[in-house]
Amino acid sequence: MPSFVITEKCDGCKAQDKTACQYICPNDLMKLDRDKMKAFNQEPEQCWECYNCVKICPQQAIEVRGYADFVPLGGSVIPMRGSDSIMWTIKFRNGKLKRFKFPIRTTPEGSVNPYGGEPEANIDNIKKPGYFTHHGAGKSVSTLKK
Amino acid sequence: MEKETCTFSYCQRPEVVTIETDLLIVGGGMSACGAAFEATRWAQAAEKAGKGKIKITLVDKAAMDRSGAVAMGLSAINTYMGEQDPADYVRMVKGDLMGIIREDLVYDLGRHVDDSVEHFEEWGLPIWKKDESGHTMDGAGGGKKLKDGGKPVRSGKWQIMINGESYKVIVAEAAKKALGLENIYERVFITKYVLDEKEDNRIAGAIGFSVRENKVYLFKTNVLLSGCGGAVNVFRPRSVAEGQGRAWYPVWNSGSGYATGAMVGAEMTMMENRFVPARFKDGYGPVGAWFLFFKAKATNAFGEDYCAGENFEEAKRLYSPYAEKLGTCIRNHMMMMDMKKGKGPILMNTDKAMAELAKTMDAKQIKHLEAEAWEDFLDMAIGQAGVWAGMDIEPDKKPSEIMPTEPYLLGSHAGCAGFWVSGPNDLGAPADWHWGYNRMSTVQGLFMMGDICGASGHKFSSGSHAEGRIAGKEGISFILDHKDFKPTISKPADEMTAEMYLPFEVYEKYKNHSTAPEINPYYIKPKMLQARLQKIADEYFGGVSTYYMTSKTLLEEGLRQLALLKEDAAKTGAKDLHELLRAWENYHRIWALETHARHILYREETRYPGYYYRGDFLAIDDKNWKCFVNSRFDPKTGQWSVFKREHVQLVD
Repeated sequence: MPSFVITEKCDGCKAQDKTACQYICPNDLMKLDRDKMKAFNQEPEQCWECYNCVKICPQQAIEVRGYADFVPLGGSVIPMRGSDSIMWTIKFRNGKLKRFKFPIRTTPEGSVNPYGGEPEANIDNIKKPGYFTHHGAGKSVSTLKK
Repeated sequence: MEKETCTFSYCQRPEVVTIETDLLIVGGGMSACGAAFEATRWAQAAEKAGKGKIKITLVDKAAMDRSGAVAMGLSAINTYMGEQDPADYVRMVKGDLMGIIREDLVYDLGRHVDDSVEHFEEWGLPIWKKDESGHTMDGAGGGKKLKDGGKPVRSGKWQIMINGESYKVIVAEAAKKALGLENIYERVFITKYVLDEKEDNRIAGAIGFSVRENKVYLFKTNVLLSGCGGAVNVFRPRSVAEGQGRAWYPVWNSGSGYATGAMVGAEMTMMENRFVPARFKDGYGPVGAWFLFFKAKATNAFGEDYCAGENFEEAKRLYSPYAEKLGTCIRNHMMMMDMKKGKGPILMNTDKAMAELAKTMDAKQIKHLEAEAWEDFLDMAIGQAGVWAGMDIEPDKKPSEIMPTEPYLLGSHAGCAGFWVSGPNDLGAPADWHWGYNRMSTVQGLFMMGDICGASGHKFSSGSHAEGRIAGKEGISFILDHKDFKPTISKPADEMTAEMYLPFEVYEKYKNHSTAPEINPYYIKPKMLQARLQKIADEYFGGVSTYYMTSKTLLEEGLRQLALLKEDAAKTGAKDLHELLRAWENYHRIWALETHARHILYREETRYPGYYYRGDFLAIDDKNWKCFVNSRFDPKTGQWSVFKREHVQLVD
């Protein structure tokens, strides 16, 4: 189901160095046409339909059209990703709609403090099994009983 | 044919940027994020203890927020021990992988993994819990955290359910903060690892190019942690047009980890292994939750269990005692028996399962159940939801087709193709299974993690992170023991740069020869390189078109054709940086496939029926082949050797 960009909605991320979709696509598919100032999917048959371009687009200009190999026309799956949840709207070929909302994270984005409240590593333990967190909590990892 | 060289007569010479570091992480997925988190903390401790500053650098071909196999998200974490004994986990992995695994590595992973999962929850990943009445609450519903004794919702013995849309974003956030953004190079694709000039069999660096600007990056390093994914779309996929992007495993996993390590002579193990998952047809949506959580049954079109009756009796004749364990490949094997008899389509009976579950539920709970079923797709295979929408399939109303996919090479999911690494030294493993640093390959200073660390499957996302942490810590340990090492790059940077940009030079030199640049006798485009690779793989090495059947004669012919393809790869033409990326990714795919074919050729039995068959050795032969098959490419001579290593059981 390759992603496609809706001409009217895409603003080329207002001539920034790169567009949001270019930044995020794990497979380097999104490209900016600098003459038109519109992004496009340059290699649709390499699209995993991970939806990361759809989710990140500030203009909601990107959607996905079912893989022509096997998906009949008419359906759509459209997300709206917020800061703590995602809302999905699924439209069936027969017109039926379903909506689902799921949590995506329990902490504010950008708030992760990787070593906050964590013990320091003790260099004397570096040859022992277990992570710095195990050692710091006075725990040892299990071993095979002989 | 005349050999092409790059002298930058036709294409522009890139700027070469040299980065000196102590520890280089290649990749940005789960294992790389784990490595960053653990290694940084140990580096801080080393500095505090007066052992000097250790610089850690990460290079990723994509953006860490959404790179690697978890880029889309996941609906479950498949490896969490909880109260269970890691020795039982070893038994499960061994059963599913037909008896041959490195039990030391698997046990080691099992005893570490929970700490990673508990950190994911701390960082913000919603993990489903059981409430007091035993009903499921999604991960934002409150409830005790895992580390405080909270009870996860198990979809299987080892699996727990999550709301995992942002799984990778969350894990990457921790890793990026640990590293510092100034130490991260995104959109740089590593093409080759580089050995040291002075010390034999010793890593010294890696080289690659920016896919955004005309720059080449040469990293000089003491330790390299390789965390690249498996190999996808090496075999011709069932969908050959647009749909080939809808690979079951991430389409960007280009076998780079296998290729880069093999080229510098790291020993490989079990590269004959592959994974052929049975998934919802075409959309390749996950079936695990349907089988384990919703208790759905898969049948042939006549409602019959294909894993019973005469199929089961026949499977036992060739594959006992493994057939009785009903491992993943054996179930594929019996599914295909019915497919060959024309008893398809094979169906996942979602409608019956949901009707059964609904019997004990009120309307609100049924609605929640329906949402859970859809979330399973929307978190990790959104395209499958698209298939259902386009085909008007509602899972509570009609069943859906399942089918075995094209083959994939990987070592972190239900496969075990990868490198032979040193294991932990406290588990009673044979002495030659540990040579000092856990997860280090046979090349000094080069560590393997995640998909490319071999003979130790069923790590999945959490286990890959956990393995990255083990490698990260051991990498720091190695650096402290080798403080005086100064990497000396064994090849001139100019020479490596010219080789890297050869596809540009070739394209620019010849592009005006024909009116249509796609059709030109002087070069092959990356897309066609991949098409040829996939055709060879499919027709000679046991892809879908032969029902996964191959043999000595087929493998030998395929390898002959692969050698020609490898030669032609030196005539790839690339018109821009995107095509240069594809050119090198496909070159890596060729290497990954070659190792796979060489291993299948060597192992004269059918160890994984349902994944592939040696038509000339159709049975399992424990007497001769209950062993590891290992191989090594000698970078000095260019010769491959393939050989056996003894299998030793540590857990009964």
